[in-house]
Amino acid sequence: MPRPLTVANAAGFWGDQPDAAARLVAARPDLDYLTLDYLAEVSLSIMAAMRAKDPLSGYARDFVDVLRSLVPFYQGGGKTRIVTNAGGLDPLACATACCEVLHTAGLAHLKIAFVSGDDVLALVQREPEAFAHLETGAFLAPLASRVVTANAYLGAGPIATALLAGADVVITGRTADPSLTFGPCLAHFGWATTDWHPIAGATVAGHLIECGTQVCGGFSTDWLELPDPHDIGFPIVEISADGSCVITKPASTGGAVTVPTVKEQLLYEISDPANYLSPDVTVSFLTLKVASVGENRVRVSGAAGRAPTDSYKVSATYRDGYKAHGLLTLYGHDAVKKARAAGEGLLRRLASRGVTFRETLVECLGTGASVQGLGQSSKDSELIETVLRVSVAADKKEPVEHFTKEIAPLVTCGPQGVTGYATGRPKVLPIFAYWPCLIPKAQVTPQFQLLDLP
Amino acid sequence: MIPLRQIAHARSGDKGNSANIAVFARDPADYIWLRDHLTAAVVQSYFAPLNPGPTTRHEAPNLDALNFVLPAVLGGGGSSSLRLDAQGKTLAMALLEMPVSYPETTPAEHTD
Repeated sequence: MPRPLTVANAAGFWGDQPDAAARLVAARPDLDYLTLDYLAEVSLSIMAAMRAKDPLSGYARDFVDVLRSLVPFYQGGGKTRIVTNAGGLDPLACATACCEVLHTAGLAHLKIAFVSGDDVLALVQREPEAFAHLETGAFLAPLASRVVTANAYLGAGPIATALLAGADVVITGRTADPSLTFGPCLAHFGWATTDWHPIAGATVAGHLIECGTQVCGGFSTDWLELPDPHDIGFPIVEISADGSCVITKPASTGGAVTVPTVKEQLLYEISDPANYLSPDVTVSFLTLKVASVGENRVRVSGAAGRAPTDSYKVSATYRDGYKAHGLLTLYGHDAVKKARAAGEGLLRRLASRGVTFRETLVECLGTGASVQGLGQSSKDSELIETVLRVSVAADKKEPVEHFTKEIAPLVTCGPQGVTGYATGRPKVLPIFAYWPCLIPKAQVTPQFQLLDLP
Repeated sequence: MIPLRQIAHARSGDKGNSANIAVFARDPADYIWLRDHLTAAVVQSYFAPLNPGPTTRHEAPNLDALNFVLPAVLGGGGSSSLRLDAQGKTLAMALLEMPVSYPETTPAEHTD
């Protein structure tokens, strides 16, 4: 029976703690794999905007810095392999940049592979009628000319084959988050394609660690009661040949791996727990057992798998106008009343100049604005201070730009006690709307390639 | 009445314009009480000011959990929503503040 595989996660999103990877391998140089997840739903559209300015920037550049931070580890003989979706829209460019880092550091023996085939933009643009919105059933055709990105969530197959071909670093574009962990498991355990239960177990393991510290107490309900919540450890999962796993974290890190933290993360961003869909397997979470097996060690077993669906999920995005958010702090009696009057008044003044928007929103932070209308805060009149947040969206850029120039003037024409305007004018942000849809697997060709730089 | 947080913990997250809120009984013995009282209709009506859409509930008794899916609660979601919380990060915290008429005696005596 093969030994258990240890896989850690060193990034749960694009912007996570930059020193997580180096700290993980310093604490646990025996780790088999590091996985790093950079891609949220609309991340690729942000990369598309970056690439429009600089053709070589369509990927998560942060990862190149992470790899650079691991150079001393590899120079010292470290063996931990890496799987990441940092490739974004351009896995080749990301792999090339990483290759340069390794070559410069005298680590040219480390092999880099990249996975492609997830980009289905051309297909979506050619046949938009085939890509109905997954939730609403709406047709894409009227928006086809505005589609910016369309990427299928690939499975673990090309990752596993790249690893078996000797890759030390595998860089993918859009890949299902748990497949980053399941890929190494598939290469290590050599499961048959129909070993659905262990495949399901490894997929659950990948799902549990994909959000970084969230399974170790980050984002948990009882965060404040955690040991050292200021420095929560990143997760390590030990996966066994039967697909069961133990979630843990490095010694001397904050946070805690407990049954509650693991259960919260199990159902994070899940709809039906009886049908968790990955491109590799469909999993039922309803047979899972979650048990504490030691301090900061929680065992998850019993995943039930069955054959996956015959389609990949596609995340497409399309341009949908512009938005901006302006923030100002107000202090003093009737702070909320004044903030609301100032925010709504600003929109009224703009309207009188013919500057209108398709959507506006005035929020007074401190009043329960995160869930406006639920009435959970103390009485507005009791607040001595609030942050006014005014938001606008429009099809065209001009009215939004006009709006961004009208926030700071509230310091002189608004109520007394306005402050917090020193950060400058708000930015005009392009809106990339999200369009989830499906594509038959037969229309997609996932593949990997080992990078061979001269 | 007590706030739900005294007997449950929870976590929320987004997918497009939809959010899910997973609610877990702190004491497994309370799962049945939660299942009987924290219905999809109760949660949908609690979040009515945010226009959550037709809310569904999935039961996961092995995790002492109920998972609610609110299909339109994020005002467009992702980069489309103008809301401060476009990603539903606060929804679990909001639900845990909901007052519930949890029995003062042990729930086992009340759930048949």
